[in-house]
Amino acid sequence: MNRQNLHIRNARLIDPRNGLDEPLDLFVSDARITAIGQPPAGFSADRSIDASGLIVCPGLVDLSTRLGGIEPELAAAVAGGVTSLACPPDTKPPLDEPGLVERLVRRSETLGLARVYPIGALTQALAGQRLAEMNGLARAGCIGFSQANQPIDTQLLLRAMQYAATFSYALRLRPQDQFLARDGVAHDGEVASRLGLTGIPVSAETVAVATALQLASETGVRLHLSRLSSAAGVELVRAAKRSRLPVSCDVAIHHLHLSEMDIGYFDSNARFDPPLRAHSDRDALRAAVREGLAAICSDHTPVDADGKQLPFAEATPGATGLELLLPLTLLWAQQVKLPLAEALARITCDPAEILGIDGGSLSVGSRADICIFDPDEAWRVSPEALRSQGKNTPYLGYEMSGRVRMTLVGGRIVFEA
Amino acid sequence: MHNPQLNANGELTHLLSIEGLPRELIHQILDTASSFIEVSDRDVKKVPLLRGKSVFNVFFENSTRTRTTFEIAAKRLSADVINLDVTRSSTAKGETLLDTVDNLIAMHADMFVVRHAASGAPHLITEHLRRLGRNDVHVVNAGDGRHAHPTQGLLDMYTIRHYKKDFSNLVVAVVGDILHSRVARSDITALTTLGAAEVRAVGPKTLLPAAIERMGVRVCHDLREGVRDCDVVIMLRLQNERMNGALLPSAREYFSCYGLTPEILALAKPDAIVMHPGPMNRGVEIDSDVADGPQAVILPQVTFGIAVRMAVMGILAGN
Repeated sequence: MNRQNLHIRNARLIDPRNGLDEPLDLFVSDARITAIGQPPAGFSADRSIDASGLIVCPGLVDLSTRLGGIEPELAAAVAGGVTSLACPPDTKPPLDEPGLVERLVRRSETLGLARVYPIGALTQALAGQRLAEMNGLARAGCIGFSQANQPIDTQLLLRAMQYAATFSYALRLRPQDQFLARDGVAHDGEVASRLGLTGIPVSAETVAVATALQLASETGVRLHLSRLSSAAGVELVRAAKRSRLPVSCDVAIHHLHLSEMDIGYFDSNARFDPPLRAHSDRDALRAAVREGLAAICSDHTPVDADGKQLPFAEATPGATGLELLLPLTLLWAQQVKLPLAEALARITCDPAEILGIDGGSLSVGSRADICIFDPDEAWRVSPEALRSQGKNTPYLGYEMSGRVRMTLVGGRIVFEA
Repeated sequence: MHNPQLNANGELTHLLSIEGLPRELIHQILDTASSFIEVSDRDVKKVPLLRGKSVFNVFFENSTRTRTTFEIAAKRLSADVINLDVTRSSTAKGETLLDTVDNLIAMHADMFVVRHAASGAPHLITEHLRRLGRNDVHVVNAGDGRHAHPTQGLLDMYTIRHYKKDFSNLVVAVVGDILHSRVARSDITALTTLGAAEVRAVGPKTLLPAAIERMGVRVCHDLREGVRDCDVVIMLRLQNERMNGALLPSAREYFSCYGLTPEILALAKPDAIVMHPGPMNRGVEIDSDVADGPQAVILPQVTFGIAVRMAVMGILAGN
């Protein structure tokens, strides 16, 4: 039954990569998309899926998903329409050994839910002291390297970039200067000042972005900057791209909607790393994503209740995101009046291109990783409604519009609502 | 946004911060405090307002002085007062803040007076009480991190009102380490709420928080400019650990730039008062001649503080 011939009919088919947004049927055989519009010669469907009123788009590609328990998080991924995800190396233990990477890949393949693309640790134990064995990690399945949220000194960063560039490995950085960010828990602005929270200045991001861009241009490494949070940060990337530096970046979905104001009275669900910044920063992030400068990631970080039932500064940063990525992207598209096909590019073909993976499109011949969703179905965010073990989100109690009805990975139905 | 310290009728159920308190409510607290002033002058210094109630002083951060004033205030209201030095007991054994709170609720606490090193800790407790449906248990913030020290803010307002009567023409300077000061935040919020004509935040750039002007203050880096023609000068304590390091080179240099001396004070209005939340660092933020001089009202602040805390606890217990 795994490799059945599927006929998805009556849908509105949106494929940002190929500029499609029209009613078209889609045909799947042998794990791949075999035709769009008319069936291939001799096609006979094992199952015909009526997608009337629904949208068929490429399975979502997430640039940053932290997996706590692998199984529930991958179940959450496909429930959110995510079929491919990159996993940062700050797992426990960190992904600094080929064996660990192989085990993660094998485990996720056995589960047969979303595809997992590990990001290897740039340094051993992410300690920022010695380079990790990038060759071995790449052979084990790592598609890039990163320090996750751990600091690295600039000399080692330069060496790491040189070494990665030698083998054409992609390097991902979450840009934050460790000294400027020291002890900080919130954006160094009006809200942190009023609430008496230690601030993280915007310069913590811009200094790190400028450093990374400078070293990347010297070394020629392919650089991706994760989770930019500030107007000044994206402006630096915009300028670098203009001077043709091979750099890409993303913005976490929460930062596209929320600002420091959402901390309210110390709401630890609004504690993020990097922090939620000013309204003007949020608006600049929206503009950057809109113009295609930045992709969107879920920054999915399951945090248990104990990690949030603490004073703001002591709470664990992060929120659940996989199951909110699609509805929050739809909400943003609606708010900024962006055509759906363009908005969906930020969570499908754009991140797939950044990761350099087969995915994020409905091209004939590509893997049948598909998301079928009802753009208008309303649902309320509650712990029970989320499959992820991470139940914490600033959106608890909110009504979302847009719900995934079916997810296919390699032509197999892995989620059906 | 729902203000967690007010109930649906706009009455005070917890005191967490001055922020969000309407001007009339602040005056109501100060008026109530005024009626308690004479209690302290009686032979029997007690009123039965909190008889049979248990007030738990839960101090996660040491402060004998503040705890004592709360204890006196609660006892003058006839409450049973239990002092818990949490720094040395449960948290040292790994118990979380809310575990501690649950235990104290099980001991039938009616009111928590909480001091905690983390900004927002009392908010976390009130949110927990709300989830438990325990709107009969009240929380008084006795200082949380850098965020707020609302009873100090209120007693400072009581002091200013006592000496200056009306806020609308007042120029008030808050001088020193505003970045780390919960007293400064509570004073600034109270003063702007009560309509002070001008509130100045005076200090070096290293000790002023980002976007402080958004709190409605005028920023001054020069002490002379900051104190000139003031009606009230509020000096802040400079913590020992901040005297030498990245924020300031030395206590000596700090005193030379921001220490309040008689010469500087002479720039203020002749009838200006000088306040300090205590404990003072003589020769660091304030010269002894000023601290002990005729314009200082630092000891009356302490006296008023007990009446203000009685007022707060009395009002909370009634709501």
